[in-house]
Amino acid sequence: MKSIEELEKIRKETLEKVNLRKDRNGIRITVGMATCGIAAGARPVMMAILDELGKRNITDVVVAETGCIGMCKYEPMVDVYVPGQEKVTYIKVDENKARQIVAEHVVNGHPIKEWTISSVE
Amino acid sequence: MKELSLYILDIAQNSIKAGAKNISIKLEIDHKKDFMKVSIEDDGCGMDDELLKKAFDPFTTTRKERKVGLGLPFFKELALQCGGDAKIRSQKGVGTYVEGTFKLSSIDLIPIGDIPSTIISLIVSNSDVDVSFEIMSDGRKFSFNTLDIKKLLNGVKITEPSVLRWLIEYLEENINCVMEV
Ligand SMILES: Nc1ncnc2c1ncn2[C@@H]1O[C@H](COP(=O)(O)OP(=O)(O)O)[C@@H](O)[C@H]1O
Ligand code: FES
Ligand SMILES: [Mg+2]
Repeated sequence: MKSIEELEKIRKETLEKVNLRKDRNGIRITVGMATCGIAAGARPVMMAILDELGKRNITDVVVAETGCIGMCKYEPMVDVYVPGQEKVTYIKVDENKARQIVAEHVVNGHPIKEWTISSVE
Repeated sequence: MKELSLYILDIAQNSIKAGAKNISIKLEIDHKKDFMKVSIEDDGCGMDDELLKKAFDPFTTTRKERKVGLGLPFFKELALQCGGDAKIRSQKGVGTYVEGTFKLSSIDLIPIGDIPSTIISLIVSNSDVDVSFEIMSDGRKFSFNTLDIKKLLNGVKITEPSVLRWLIEYLEENINCVMEV
């Protein structure tokens, strides 16, 4: 079973990587984590984003939460902020979409227009 | 919501919204007494008496985005359905304590669900907030505190993917071990 002592090994390995890291790219992903968001599946979406970033060894993207924006019917919602570009808001995101948003938008730089709020409003 | 751990996440999000620096989540399970208690305590802004009195009322919210507050009434409804009750204590400027009790034998009781994901989501939601978690199940106990983890990490951020991945496994193994019947 995992014990807390193992954390020291993780710390050392991570520290080496952190020291090699280039400048932050400033990309930010936020997940709506108010009641409706959580009820609609925001937690697995957030976990999928973290997992996908981790698998791809992407360490310079900040993931955080946003509160309620009064649009229950579109939850779970995910915002992607790329510096110098307009914010992109994805709606009705699930685990699978979340992974593709990381791959296509965050990694390859191509927003998936069909899943954004501007495709319905 | 299908898991108790999602209710916990939702109530703890109230704490984050209230500007808490520390959130303490406790889960107590006692099969002999047919009893479970879940509590979430924070040192956020707290509520004044007027707000506190109607905190479980579905039309209570200080949000501007919508007119109904959902989280606390949902939690109370679930506890009542499961032969328990929900309580809240709060003091303006000090903090808030929310507690729900449940009968383990209730057919309306939902699974506890994925506690590690709830804890990780809270850590990521606001990594400045410290989260402690304690589970006691039929005498077995596991406790966890992000303050200790941050101290051990000594300069490495708790939100680093490698750290989060380890934390998920660490929490899963230890919580499963405590909850084994
Ligand atoms: N931990 C807390 N600290 C301070 N105020 C709280 C806390 N939890 C709830 N409240 C207050 O009670 C209101 C109702 O909470 P809730 O039922 O979760 O609905 P909502 O979060 O949607 O407003 C909140 O808007 C807030 O003003
Ligand atoms: S959480 Fe439902 S409208 Fe924001
Ligand atoms: Mg709430």
